Amino acid sequence: MQNVMTEEQLNVLKSDMKKKHRNLLVKRFLSNKLALSGSIIMIVIILLAIIAPFFTSFTPYELDAMKRLKAPGGEHFFGTDNYGRDLFSRVVHGARVSLMIGFAVAIITSILGMIIGLYSAYFKKLDGVLMRISDGLMAFPAILLAIAIMASLGPRLENVIIALTIVFTPSVARTVRSAVLVVKEQTYVEALRAQGASSSRIIWLNIAPNVLSPLIVQATFIFADSIIIEAALSFLGAGIPAPDPSWGNLLYDGKTVIFNAWWMTLFPGIAIMLTVFGLNLFGDGLRDLLDPHNNKAKK
Amino acid sequence: MKGYILKRLLSLIPVLLVVAVVVFLLMHITPGDPAAVILGPEASPEEVAELREELGLNKPPIEQFISWFGNVLQGDFGTSIFMKQPVSQAFFEHLGPTLSLAIMAQVLAIVVAIPLGVLAAKFRGSILDQTFMGISLLGISVPSFLLGLFLILLIGVELKWLPVAGYKPIDAGLVNHIKYLILPAIALGSMQAALIARMTRSSMLDVLNANYIKTARSKGVKETIIVIKHTLRNAFIPILTIIGQTFGTLVAGAAVVETVFNIPGIGQLIINSVERRDFAVIQGSVMLIAVSYVLINLVIDLLYGVIDPRVRLGRK
Repeated sequence: MQNVMTEEQLNVLKSDMKKKHRNLLVKRFLSNKLALSGSIIMIVIILLAIIAPFFTSFTPYELDAMKRLKAPGGEHFFGTDNYGRDLFSRVVHGARVSLMIGFAVAIITSILGMIIGLYSAYFKKLDGVLMRISDGLMAFPAILLAIAIMASLGPRLENVIIALTIVFTPSVARTVRSAVLVVKEQTYVEALRAQGASSSRIIWLNIAPNVLSPLIVQATFIFADSIIIEAALSFLGAGIPAPDPSWGNLLYDGKTVIFNAWWMTLFPGIAIMLTVFGLNLFGDGLRDLLDPHNNKAKK
Repeated sequence: MKGYILKRLLSLIPVLLVVAVVVFLLMHITPGDPAAVILGPEASPEEVAELREELGLNKPPIEQFISWFGNVLQGDFGTSIFMKQPVSQAFFEHLGPTLSLAIMAQVLAIVVAIPLGVLAAKFRGSILDQTFMGISLLGISVPSFLLGLFLILLIGVELKWLPVAGYKPIDAGLVNHIKYLILPAIALGSMQAALIARMTRSSMLDVLNANYIKTARSKGVKETIIVIKHTLRNAFIPILTIIGQTFGTLVAGAAVVETVFNIPGIGQLIINSVERRDFAVIQGSVMLIAVSYVLINLVIDLLYGVIDPRVRLGRK
């Protein structure tokens, strides 16, 4: 009788273990250089996007014909563009647009991909149809499909998000599906089924939490890819419509005066590069952290 | 082998069908009347009605799809409204520069990336390895069109070493042809090189730990022969896969890089068509590229069978 714990003791033990587990995760996160430097870069960029507009007195739309194409320095840190607009404030507002699109696409594709991946791995008949559709969609190079969809929908911010969601959902669904296929075969799922648990209960309560790690890693990479493709779309004139500051639009403006105003290409370019680099670092680190197999392989 | 080829060919049918449906739908997801969108705001209602009739937009969607798909199967992708020529003709006229660029970028990437990946795996953990891998992560983070713009700034504007815009066909002399393509090919190939280098490294690492490599080493086989003959050959399948899988991305990337360097290829054709709302051209080009992507992957799959007999025999 002495060996049996009371419920209270058991709960204390459980929360203790949870705390330990969490501490371990935090520790491993801090010791993972990739994940750490990636998240530092991202935090700095996000903070800049939020607070920087309060440090500059210029708006991204303010035209000033007298100050066209001013080199960086003085009151314009990044110089001015060919309409005399303050480049710094345009780059910072562009960060908001890019981060917003990347984040929205990562979230929406994760949710849709999760639903499609879970159900298609669990129901064989559905699988054939859904996976053929995703094969077909993945036969298009991402950027071309995005351009083609944007050509039909017309250049607007919402449409960029829709196009990127169509482009990236299939690969998320595939990732989730292959993770589910592994989890599905484990004994505990079989035991649950034998106990008479309903399919949707097993799918959402027991399988879904186990495929979150690969999903989160992939969402990070989709975040980065969305930023790249949005920039390319806007650069090609098929993304965010013109006066709005998006990094792709800034590069488009910059290209027309590339021989006179290097800053108009350099600063938005570096912004894209740093953001994508930060996200890739973060994703790589996260993958090492969350995938035990990968970890072992490293040692 | 014959059965394997047949099976792979049959598995293409549903994929190609989905590709066709997606391409067909592209024109129909336009908000509003596609005919009115194509003609622009100045068109009279009679003109719009005429174009609707011409495009077959008055028929039920299923019927439209069947007649469109029937034409596509015969190689008829419709007619460009603006260029007044068949889409396939326009496509193949613009294909040369794009292919030239994509192939040059691919060759450049392979030549640079595989030796680097092999070296990084051989001297894993060394400064060399870490530097290469750091650079490759950076390479993945710089989209090709952006690298193109940076190259124009640095080499074209500051150093003035190479031309930064335009295209010379091979007829104008091979040297000239290559000279105009060097910067675009570097811009396009670097991300590819980064991917291939990373894949080569990890694939080499997997094989280098295998028992038969230990055996070869204990037999006293020379280290260079172990690395090149025993390891690289066995590590080649994942490398080949990534080269094949990314070729479509490379062609698509070429389309964007072309715009940066003003190269008159598929990219310019598509972008100009987006501006003019020339749907037939967009549909036809996207369809042709997706189909060739599927076919390239088929060839790669079949090549596995040649390189590695386990693929064609084992999985039954």
